[in-house]
Amino acid sequence: MTTHYLFRSTSEALALAVHRQTFKRCLVLLGLTLGLLLLYLCLGSTRIPPMDVIATLISPDTSEHRFVIQTLRLPRGLLALLVGAGLGVSGALLQQLVRNPLASPDIIGISDGAALGAVLFLAWLAGTVSLTWLPPVAIASAAITATVIYGLAWTPGSTTAVAPIRLVLVGIALAAALKAVATLVLVMSPLSTTVQAYIWLTGTVYGAQWQDVTRLLPWTLTLIPVAMLAARALTLLGMNDEQSRGLGLAVGRYRLLLLACSVGLAGSAVAFAGGMAFVGLMAPHLARRYTGQTSTGLILGAGLTGACLVLMADLLGRVAFLPQDLPAGIFVSGVGAPFFIYLLYRRRS
Amino acid sequence: MLSTLPVKALGLTLCLALLLATTLASIALGQTAMSFATVINALFNYDASQIEHIIVRANRLNRAVLAALVGSSLAIAGTLMQAMTRNGLASPSLLGINAGALFFVALAFTFLSLTRLQDYIYIAFFGAAIAGLLVYSLGMTGSASRSPVSIVLAGAAITALFLAFTQGLLILNRESLEGILYWLGGSVAGKPLSSVVPFLPFYGIAIVGTALLVRQINLMMLDDDVARSLGQRVVITRLALGVVIVLLAGGAVALAGMIGFIGLIIPHLARGLFGRDHRWVLPSAAMLGASLLLGADTLSRFIVPPQEVPVGALTALVGTPVFIAIARKRSPTL
Repeated sequence: MTTHYLFRSTSEALALAVHRQTFKRCLVLLGLTLGLLLLYLCLGSTRIPPMDVIATLISPDTSEHRFVIQTLRLPRGLLALLVGAGLGVSGALLQQLVRNPLASPDIIGISDGAALGAVLFLAWLAGTVSLTWLPPVAIASAAITATVIYGLAWTPGSTTAVAPIRLVLVGIALAAALKAVATLVLVMSPLSTTVQAYIWLTGTVYGAQWQDVTRLLPWTLTLIPVAMLAARALTLLGMNDEQSRGLGLAVGRYRLLLLACSVGLAGSAVAFAGGMAFVGLMAPHLARRYTGQTSTGLILGAGLTGACLVLMADLLGRVAFLPQDLPAGIFVSGVGAPFFIYLLYRRRS
Repeated sequence: MLSTLPVKALGLTLCLALLLATTLASIALGQTAMSFATVINALFNYDASQIEHIIVRANRLNRAVLAALVGSSLAIAGTLMQAMTRNGLASPSLLGINAGALFFVALAFTFLSLTRLQDYIYIAFFGAAIAGLLVYSLGMTGSASRSPVSIVLAGAAITALFLAFTQGLLILNRESLEGILYWLGGSVAGKPLSSVVPFLPFYGIAIVGTALLVRQINLMMLDDDVARSLGQRVVITRLALGVVIVLLAGGAVALAGMIGFIGLIIPHLARGLFGRDHRWVLPSAAMLGASLLLGADTLSRFIVPPQEVPVGALTALVGTPVFIAIARKRSPTL
């Protein structure tokens, strides 16, 4: 009995091995995500029964709930889903690449770099330049930040090139500096509502529109499949460089490709939802327990788990403190920070 | 490094001169620049009919006093923390003590209707103590104590936790956010001189405590076992130092909000000048810390006039390169 489903192109340039059990578990996770999305669409200041929601989704024109579902909840839910998936996959790639379970785009400063880029853009260019440019700007600033972190953590002459611990330390320092600059920009900028910008920095998908979804979608839909196709390299990159080179991997090229995917996913997610901290840390850890036998499973699982996390957090933010609508970022951090502490505690003993 | 006694004494005198110079600059410079003669007159020869004198007495002087107190508190707290953990990356802002104090102050601000500033100071002490205990137990006990990085990671986690809670509180209570956001950035502006009075007794206790503990601190820089064999009660010293750190860091947060990196940079500077003898390091750190915050606060008035930049953002910008330089060294232990 085979334990894997194999997909190979004829030249074997592309190959995908999906562990059977992982595949089934991913399906379960997908079902869970969709169920959560349905719940997300049902609950809110007006409650809509599930059957009505499904009816509205199938034939929107005849439904009385069209506005609530089509205009308000669905784009917001989908954006939460995409953001969560992006951050989850980004964190999974990063943890594997720097071989450190504590790495995640928000802890080592990549998210803060993206957020700073986005804040600068929103504060000074949003009036004159189309918002379509927001994700590229955020991704570019995330990439610059990642390069700077990598460069600063570099030790010339050492075989491992970058010591993971130093990468994390430099990242923490840079994250603090970038946060400071973002605060500076917020206080100084012509943004009329500092409060709104601040809420955005906390991480929120409030007021999401279809445009946001369609602007983020292309990035998620290209970068996650690319990461999936490079997943077999990810397994090897998790070992040490000599081993993976010995197994015939172009280490440098694949590391760069996967790092670019990770940075791109984090940057584009931050561009639309602000600093949603800890998703990139938590999702891969949870996924590793459930679907982490293979890299493909890890990526899929982390993406789905991330999507569930953000969706749940936003649902809580919308429903728990009615009529207040709280940013999802608060709930994500409220769970994520204790989780981080738990990870540290476990490493301790 | 300064080695002989006269040179060290000269160094300390220069630190004092720097402190005086930055204090004077902080009072004299700003939107309304004034001559030093005017400043001296306003301080010692007050004339209520002159606008410049009023500015000095009502605005600049408070700021300078507050900046000096907060700067020196943070610098002493940082020096003590680095000595206690033997870790060059320890400081009140990085290890989450500031964030803990901030969260509890914000909590009290939202749910209790406290009016007296003292109450906020007590609450900040409480928050600083909670965060300090959490970080210490996560990062300094068990096998984690061997790695200097683990306490920094624990600090980052605790900071993130308390900042997230604070953000939640502030967003729940939006009316107060605009005002508090500035405070979150750290600021010594716009407080009356009387606001520092409740903090003074604690500052005094902390300074006296530090002075009494100086010899123990020097021994703490060695191994625990060595300190013990030299007759030190390590646990009691640690506890006493912990109390002093909480008083200084918590008080600084209650007065001026989140001002980072002073407690990180200044100890390195002071040790670089005066070596490992804390009889010299601590007083110089206090003066240099006060000077740094006074200087940064003065600078913050000139970056985008007429607006003022939160001074905490400035100190973070200065502090990050220093942090990275320390982190890049092979080992951040002292």
